[in-house]
Amino acid sequence: MTAPEVRKTHAEPLFRIARRNAVSVKTKIVTRAAAILLALVIDAFFIVLVTKLNPFAVYARIFAASFSAPMLFMQLLRDLTSLLCIGVALAPAFRMRFWNIGAEGQVLMGGFATAMCMIFLGDRIPTSALFLVMIVTSILAGAVWGFIPAFFKANWNTNETLFTLMMNYVAIQIVAYAVNIMRGERASVGSINKAGWFPNIFGYNFTLNIFIVAALTVAMYIYLKYTKHGYEIAVVGESERTAKYAGINVKKVTIRTMLISGALCGLCGLILVAGDKHTIATNTAGGNGFTAIIVAWLAKFNTIYMTLISFLLVFLEKGAREIASTYGLNEYIAGIISGIILFFILGSEFFLQYRLIFRHRAEHAEKGGADK
Amino acid sequence: MIQENLLAWLTRSIQFGTVIMYGSLGEILTEKSGNLNLGVPGIMYLGAFAGFASVFTYEKNHPNPSAVVCVLLGMVFAFLAAALGGLIYSFLTITLRANQNVTGLALTTFGTGVANFMCTFMFPGVYAKAGFANAAFKTKIPFLSDRLGIVGQIFFSYDLLVYLAIVTAILMHLYISKTRSGLNLRAVGENPATADAAGVNVTRHKYLATVIGAGVSGMGGLYYVVTYNDGIWATTDEIAALGWLAVALVIFTTWRPLNAIWGAYLFGTLYWLYNFLPKLLGATNTERTASLYQMLPYLVTIVVLVAVSLRRRRESQPPASLGLPYFREDR
Repeated sequence: MTAPEVRKTHAEPLFRIARRNAVSVKTKIVTRAAAILLALVIDAFFIVLVTKLNPFAVYARIFAASFSAPMLFMQLLRDLTSLLCIGVALAPAFRMRFWNIGAEGQVLMGGFATAMCMIFLGDRIPTSALFLVMIVTSILAGAVWGFIPAFFKANWNTNETLFTLMMNYVAIQIVAYAVNIMRGERASVGSINKAGWFPNIFGYNFTLNIFIVAALTVAMYIYLKYTKHGYEIAVVGESERTAKYAGINVKKVTIRTMLISGALCGLCGLILVAGDKHTIATNTAGGNGFTAIIVAWLAKFNTIYMTLISFLLVFLEKGAREIASTYGLNEYIAGIISGIILFFILGSEFFLQYRLIFRHRAEHAEKGGADK
Repeated sequence: MIQENLLAWLTRSIQFGTVIMYGSLGEILTEKSGNLNLGVPGIMYLGAFAGFASVFTYEKNHPNPSAVVCVLLGMVFAFLAAALGGLIYSFLTITLRANQNVTGLALTTFGTGVANFMCTFMFPGVYAKAGFANAAFKTKIPFLSDRLGIVGQIFFSYDLLVYLAIVTAILMHLYISKTRSGLNLRAVGENPATADAAGVNVTRHKYLATVIGAGVSGMGGLYYVVTYNDGIWATTDEIAALGWLAVALVIFTTWRPLNAIWGAYLFGTLYWLYNFLPKLLGATNTERTASLYQMLPYLVTIVVLVAVSLRRRRESQPPASLGLPYFREDR
């Protein structure tokens, strides 16, 4: 507590900041909702500025882009799963403070392995065997891409940020090389033969993706929160020294966690290629490897929150694309809209963790004795 | 023929290197203050957009554009727009203590969106090429570049921004390692609590380093559009890719501005290897083999990275508090 005579001379700044203790769930929801609402207002100003249209009509279109037809909603779920899956895969790595910015490459290698199986084994072995081979190779490919940087990090503390980033480009060039050979005179590999496609369930051929990712999301939540492995990951993430002191084999945990993270990224590649795109190209991962980092961090590695954040981002992305095509604008408007929303969500966290104590209010509190 | 190819390769490497040198010099300054800004690709996009938009508007609306005004205009706007991006990042991470990684990535999304959206929005339907600005920015040193033969071609045949990048690197080196303010900045990045106790204004150092750093990074975006890409605005992903390489280069240089000079040119040489090496060897360059050559710079970076980590030098460590927010009352 500051001495009272100091306060009389007003040498104390206008306000000071103190950490909050516990915040009720209601405050959390209200603060975050207010942040998103405020961001939508700013976005509306921007949209009106460039389109000169009624912002409510524009937001109605954004909403309609995902909810006006069952097909559109299912597409929203499909894109949500593509993003969420990578977020879930990255969660253990980032929980351990391992900078895996190589998801893009790990996903691509998984997808590449899947595509290779579909192309070269598609009409030679029975479907069930094909799926088995696809699953095994895609997981292996992703795991190898995650293992290499983890091995060097664990043994020689090689910087993983740069290493995983470089592995992305190596993966991209491998795919570019293979695609160049396979496509021949055509512009792209094109749609790969149907043997390895996921089955059509409920009228959509990506239904299986949704089930797989839902199961992964729950499994990862349990893995991180309730298992010994999850606890070890958390301790290594907080402090490597504490982990060593507690008898945790940091090397083993680092490599194991990255094998899991890479393997799951490989699986994301599988569901992208076999359950959605049915082709392979250098941009198959489509930048989701980076967006998923935002999803994982913002949710503080809680996979349930990740679902909500992925939903928000994909919903806005689809809506922005819709208004871009309706009003003849550039699709990059999506980046502006979601960027502003993200800034506001990030800023709102401050008000959940800290409170401002104003000078005169502190005086009142002193009199009332509330601020002890 | 061989000499011609070698010289063309050198020019291309140095131009490429200049783009990422600005990017990583800005990021070195930022990281020295303990802020890990992953928004570099977005910041470079902002600089590219503002620089391009200003010179393009100027030369379209002015009957007799002046080269000096054009160059100054582009540089000022690129710097300011990128610094504004840095200010958003600073406010969120320093004042509101938001997570630095997510804020940086969000800034990349935002900057990429703003640049690509606004350019098509402001100049719809035009093939946006700033021809005059391209010529103005490409002006070489008058006497030294053409009178000294091969020496002139190797050392003096580049444009202003190439030399400015080198000067920036040297000045930044002098600032960080020779001045008191630079020492304070390093203290803030290593241990803000100690710096604070010693009377250093932590918030001010972090803000200034991050905002100015962002401005410097933005110059890389400007240089990409007006010179490297021949003054053409193209909505390619290349600026983003170069931005990530600039972040990588920071680690490669072990946070030393002087290393950024040769590091950036080395990245450039390796990046353009796919185009020039087959020519020099007399081999036919197909799209296929190009992908394999294009893999080389990344493989070399990985090898260097591993080699550096095997040596385990204490001096090549990042600032100790990099990525962590500072809250005085938390001590």
